[in-house]
Amino acid sequence: MKILKLVSVFLTSAFLLSSCGNNGNSKSAKQGALSGNAAERVYVAPGEHDEFYAFISGGFSGQLAVYGLPSGRLFKVIPVFSQDPEKAWGYNEETKPMLNTSHGFIPWDDSHHPDISQTAGELDGRFVFINGNNTPRIAKIDLTTFETTEIIEVPNSAGNHSSSFVTENTEYVVAGTRFSVPVPQVDMAIKEYKGKFKGALSFISVDPEDGGMDLKFQILMPGFNYDLSHPGRGKSHGWFFFTTYNTEEANTLLEVNASQNDKDFIAAINWKKIEEYVNNGGGKKMPANYAHNVYDDRTHSATSTMKKEVLVVDPSDVPGAIYFLPTPKSPHGCDVDPTGEYIIGSGKLAAEITAHSFTKMLDAIENKKFDGEAYGIPILKYEDVLAGSVKSGGLGPLHTEFDDKGNGYTTFFISSEVVKWKVGTWEVIDRKPCYYSVGHLMIPGGNSRKPFGKYVVAMNKITKDRYLPTGPEVTQSAQLYDISGEKMELLLDFPTIGEPHYAAGIPADKIKEKSRKIFRLDENEHPYAAKSEAETKVVRKGNEVHIYMTMIRSHFSPDNIEGVKVGDKVFFHVTNLEQDYDVPHGVAMIGAQTSELLIMPGQTETFVWEPKLEGVWPFYCTDFCSALHQEMQGYVRVSPANSNIDLSWSLDDE
Amino acid sequence: MKKIMLSVLTLSLTFMISCGDKSNKENPEVKQEVIEEVADADPMKNKGIGPITSVTLADEIDMDLAKTGEEVYVKMCSACHKPEKRFVGPAPKGIMERRSPEWIMNMILNPDEMVQKDPIAKALLAEYLSPMANQNLTEEQARAVLEYFRTLK
Repeated sequence: MKILKLVSVFLTSAFLLSSCGNNGNSKSAKQGALSGNAAERVYVAPGEHDEFYAFISGGFSGQLAVYGLPSGRLFKVIPVFSQDPEKAWGYNEETKPMLNTSHGFIPWDDSHHPDISQTAGELDGRFVFINGNNTPRIAKIDLTTFETTEIIEVPNSAGNHSSSFVTENTEYVVAGTRFSVPVPQVDMAIKEYKGKFKGALSFISVDPEDGGMDLKFQILMPGFNYDLSHPGRGKSHGWFFFTTYNTEEANTLLEVNASQNDKDFIAAINWKKIEEYVNNGGGKKMPANYAHNVYDDRTHSATSTMKKEVLVVDPSDVPGAIYFLPTPKSPHGCDVDPTGEYIIGSGKLAAEITAHSFTKMLDAIENKKFDGEAYGIPILKYEDVLAGSVKSGGLGPLHTEFDDKGNGYTTFFISSEVVKWKVGTWEVIDRKPCYYSVGHLMIPGGNSRKPFGKYVVAMNKITKDRYLPTGPEVTQSAQLYDISGEKMELLLDFPTIGEPHYAAGIPADKIKEKSRKIFRLDENEHPYAAKSEAETKVVRKGNEVHIYMTMIRSHFSPDNIEGVKVGDKVFFHVTNLEQDYDVPHGVAMIGAQTSELLIMPGQTETFVWEPKLEGVWPFYCTDFCSALHQEMQGYVRVSPANSNIDLSWSLDDE
Repeated sequence: MKKIMLSVLTLSLTFMISCGDKSNKENPEVKQEVIEEVADADPMKNKGIGPITSVTLADEIDMDLAKTGEEVYVKMCSACHKPEKRFVGPAPKGIMERRSPEWIMNMILNPDEMVQKDPIAKALLAEYLSPMANQNLTEEQARAVLEYFRTLK
C-alpha cells in the first residue's frame, strides 16, 4: 500500500513537472536536452543510407517495423501476426495458413520482443524472432526477404511474454508464459489456482541450416508469472534467466495481491543440463494441439500443420538444473551483460537495480547455500548471489542494455529517464529524461556479446504533447540518444507504429547486401504459376474457376475473360513476370471481399472473388507501375448461373 | 551564422554532385550529342550504352544457341514482344537489319539507361510509351536471344 501511494505521488509529480514544462517556457525546456548540432547528427542526406537497421515491435499492431538509425525513417512494416490488406498478408490464399492456430484463424496479435539470431554470441543477421503475446506464438522473419516465414504456436502458455530470446548460437529461441494456467487445460474453479496452475517455459530449437523451428521441450514451472528473460552468454552460456512476479500465486487483483512479497525470483535454468536429460530420453510426452506454419519462398505459399504432442519436463526430475535467485519488488526486465557475469533484475516497484553474479551463483550452488525451496526448486540466498546494486535515485527500473565500454543503460518508467551506470562499480554516470514514461530501450547488439554502443533508442509509453495532436489517440514515440561520449545526448524524436515494446538493432552492412531484389521466375514452384503468357489459361472445376494470369508493365494476360457465372468461386492466380528490382504490380477486383494483392517480381499470389451480380466487372493494377499504369486493367463477364456461355479468355483478341 | 551554414551545405552538395558526375568519367551531355550524330548517320553504327562493346557473329547461325534463345525469349520477353507483330513493344523480326548486335544486347541488358540516354531507345519509348523492362537476363542469355533474332528474317 505504501508503495502504491509512493508511486502515485511520483506519477503526480511527474505529470506536474511535464505540464509545467508545457505551460511555461516550453521552448527552452525542450531544447535544454538538445545539443546544438543534433540535426546534423541524425541527418542522412537524400540517397544516402542509414548506419543501422532497427526492428521495432508494433505491440498491439501485431507487426514489426523496420527503421533506419540515426534518421528514424520508417522503411517497412513487416506483417507478422496481424492481417495486412496492403500486402495481402492473411488475406491471400498463400498466407492465410500463417495465421492458423489451435483456436482457428486468428487475424491479430500483440507482438513484443524482437531478437536477432546470433552466432558465437554476436548478431549474425539471418533472422529476427518475435513473440505473439495473446495467442502464444513465435514468428521468424527471414532477413533476406524481410518476410515472416515461420510461426509456431506455443501450447500450455498464455500471455507469451518472457519471449522470444535466442541463445548464443541460436540453438533455441525461448518462450516463457506470463500467465500460469492449468496444464493441460481443464474446467476448474479459478480459486484453486495456487499449486495447481503451471508456468510453461518453452525451448524451441532452431535448425542451424535452414532455421526451421521445433518445440523441443517445455519446463513446467510453479504457477508464477514469468515476465522477461535473457540467455546467459560467454561464461554463462548454457543458462537462461527468467524474472518472475506473482510468486504469491494470486488469481485476482494482482496489482495488490501480487505485490505482497518483498522479493520474487529470477529463475536460473541450466538448459544444457535439461537438453542432455531430454536427449537421453527424459521428459514426458503429453497430448497437445498447436499449429506450425511454414512459408516457402519457392512455392510462395504457406502450409499449416497441427502438432499433437509436446515433451514436458518436471523440474523435480532434473535436480541441479533450476534455482531461484531472490530479487526485490516484482522484477520486470532480466538482462545479462556482454561478459555473461552479471544478471540484472529490475524491480519495477523499486528504486534500485539488482545485479546478480553468475560466479557467485555457481559458488552458492556448489556450497548448497540454500534459503529454503519453492515447489522443490532450491532458493539461493540473496546476499550470496548479489554482486551489487545501482542506487540511482530513479524509480521504477524496467530494462537494461549494454554498450561496448562496460556501461549499462537502464530505463526508469516512473521517473521517466534513462540512467547510465558502470558495470561492476554500479556508480551512476549520467541520466537523461525521456518524454515520457519509457519502457524498453535498445542499443544495437546491446543484449549480446558484442554491442555497437553508438546510439540508444528509448521507446516511450506516453507521448502527450511531443507531436501535433491527432485527437485522443496520438502516435507512439521513440527517442534516439547518442551514447558515444561520457554523457548521453538526446538527438531525435520519431513516431512509431502500434506500441513499441522491445527492438533489435544491427549495423546495416551486416544484412543489406543479402537483401533479395527479386524472386526468380525459374525458381517459382507455385502450383498455379503461369511463368509466361504462353502458360496463361482459365480452368473450370465445377463451380470453381481458376485463372492463371500474368502481369507485366503494363498489362494483364488474359485481360478479357468470359464464361464466369453468378455463384462461381473465382481464383485469380496472378504471377508477376517482371524480373527487375522494385517493380511490383498490384491487382484488385471490384466487389471482391478481400484485399488487393501486391505481387513482387517473380512471385505468384491468389485472391478469391465470388461474383454475386451479372455484368461485366473490371479489375486493375493497384501499384503505379509505369507511364501506362492507368491502362493496366481488364474485364470479367459474369453471366447468369444457368447460362451456357463457354469459358474464354484473351489478350488483344488472341 | 545560418547563412554561412547554408552556403557550406550548398557547397558540399555541389561538391557531392560533381563527385558523382566524375565517377561516370565522361560528361553525359557531350556523349549524348556524339551518339545522336552517329545515330542520325547510321543506326547500325550505334552500339548503344551498356556492358556490350563488341559482338562477333559467325557466318552461320548457331541453331542450338538460337533454340536456347527462343526458350529464353518465350519466358522472359514474349509478354511484350511478338516475333512478327507489333505488340506492347516492337516485333524483333528483321531487327538485325535495323540495329547493331551490340545495341540489341545493351537494350536487353541495360534498358533503364538506354531509354534515358540512347537516341534510338528514347525515340522508341516516345513511340511505344511502355518502357522496356529489365528482365535481368545474363549476358549469355541475351547473346542466345540475339542468335534467335537472327532466325527472324
